Amino acid sequence: MNVQEKFYWLMGGIAALLVVASLIGWILQVRAASRGGSATIDNLNARTRAWWVMVAVLAACFLLGQTATVLLFAIASVFALREFVTLTPTRPGDHMPLVACFYIMLPVQYWLIWYGWYGLFAVFLPVYGFLSLPVLMAMSGDTEGFLERVTKIQWGVLITVYCISYVPALLLLDLHGDAGRNLLLIIYLLLVVQISDVLQYVFGKLFGKHAIAPRVSPSKTVEGFIGGGLSAIGIGTALWRITPFTPLQACAMSTVIVVTGFLGGLSLSAAKRSLGAKDWGSMIEGHGGMLDRFDSVSFAAPVFFHLCRYYFTG
Amino acid sequence: MWLSRLLAGMMRVLVGAQPRWIGCKPSPALRIYYANHTSHFDALALWSALPNRLRATTRPVAAKDYWSTGLRAWVATNGFNALFIDRNADRSAGDPLAPLGEALQRGESLIIFPEGTRRAQALPSPFKSGLFHLATRFANAELVPVYLDNLYRSMPKGTFLPVPLTCSVRFGKPLERRAEEAKADFLERARAAIVELA
Repeated sequence: MNVQEKFYWLMGGIAALLVVASLIGWILQVRAASRGGSATIDNLNARTRAWWVMVAVLAACFLLGQTATVLLFAIASVFALREFVTLTPTRPGDHMPLVACFYIMLPVQYWLIWYGWYGLFAVFLPVYGFLSLPVLMAMSGDTEGFLERVTKIQWGVLITVYCISYVPALLLLDLHGDAGRNLLLIIYLLLVVQISDVLQYVFGKLFGKHAIAPRVSPSKTVEGFIGGGLSAIGIGTALWRITPFTPLQACAMSTVIVVTGFLGGLSLSAAKRSLGAKDWGSMIEGHGGMLDRFDSVSFAAPVFFHLCRYYFTG
Repeated sequence: MWLSRLLAGMMRVLVGAQPRWIGCKPSPALRIYYANHTSHFDALALWSALPNRLRATTRPVAAKDYWSTGLRAWVATNGFNALFIDRNADRSAGDPLAPLGEALQRGESLIIFPEGTRRAQALPSPFKSGLFHLATRFANAELVPVYLDNLYRSMPKGTFLPVPLTCSVRFGKPLERRAEEAKADFLERARAAIVELA
């Protein structure tokens, strides 16, 4: 099977999965309607509908090629950073650093990926972004809560721009062979992370009893994590043919993705709570904001990228 | 018109401008939307949050000194159909509110900012009396309080580029009319209606 065929099989498989999910949702809704409806089932169906849209957008960008893919994640970063800044209390003195984040750092970071400059991509934000933000803020002359304010902006830009940009950065890897294999690797990462999230949610709703961190995220349960995580690892292993990995390596990689994704969701939930919110935003129906969908991706992507780069490139 | 759609689209991407109809529904009835004023984008944001069909007959009142020169004037006139008001007008030269009254008479709804100037703060300052005079002259117009959230953080006074933020535009319940109410009481009640939405 060549790369193109694998892509169509994979997309067909995802579409089939969504058809099944939509059917189940429809049956549940019909059954619940006789009992006056259920908020959980409405939310489930809203989530499935949003998944159709997200998968369609992703597939379209992959078909359009690398530029469209890089652009798509740049836009996702804009929305994620916008949500982060909206929830973070800012003062007029933060204006210059924020303008620099949105109008300089974010475009440059994604341009470096598009241009293929790995060396600068990896250090641009952690070194130059990190150092220039306090400088810009100091120049505004407002020292009230300086350290807290600058840290929040640095944190936001590293999570929403630097970490998320690692997804399209997978295009930079030289995987010995067709460039299309890099796109498959992106789909593999996103699929395992999101399937893990979805299955943890489903297992949690069905069997969840023991909350892992009740104060941080009441919906994360031991049962959900184990059931959903193991199933996601199983799916990630079964998909080894679309990756450069052997089945055993695929199992190890999907374990890494599932665990880092879970930790990302946990950490960003804590960040969200400390900012006093339940969801990052409301732009994706049923899911919350962009960052609610990308929280686990932002932790899984950099680790996955560097493991792939270390072990699987020439 | 294409420029109007482009502007409204840009506002959605940059500042969200998500409408929240809390106290009323969109309606073609004659309305005076009055809101807190924190940035140059306020009028544009509120106007973008209205449904397409209402935008054509709703005119944001904009400060002449800022919006009536060069490119801004072109955008304000062709893009969002602004109605200019001269904040520094000499009272003896006539009623500065006259263009507003004429627009209402033609059946056009208005968007006004009764504080008169931008304030970098979450809650509005005391109102100037323009709203009271319009409300008295046009008893048939609905007075809709609107709270603009976060815009003062997106573009504080003295800055030129907006920081993208998710701002919401909250529409409240039309202000109830009371006979024989003193000007100060009316203005304070109108202001309180916005504060309630915050």
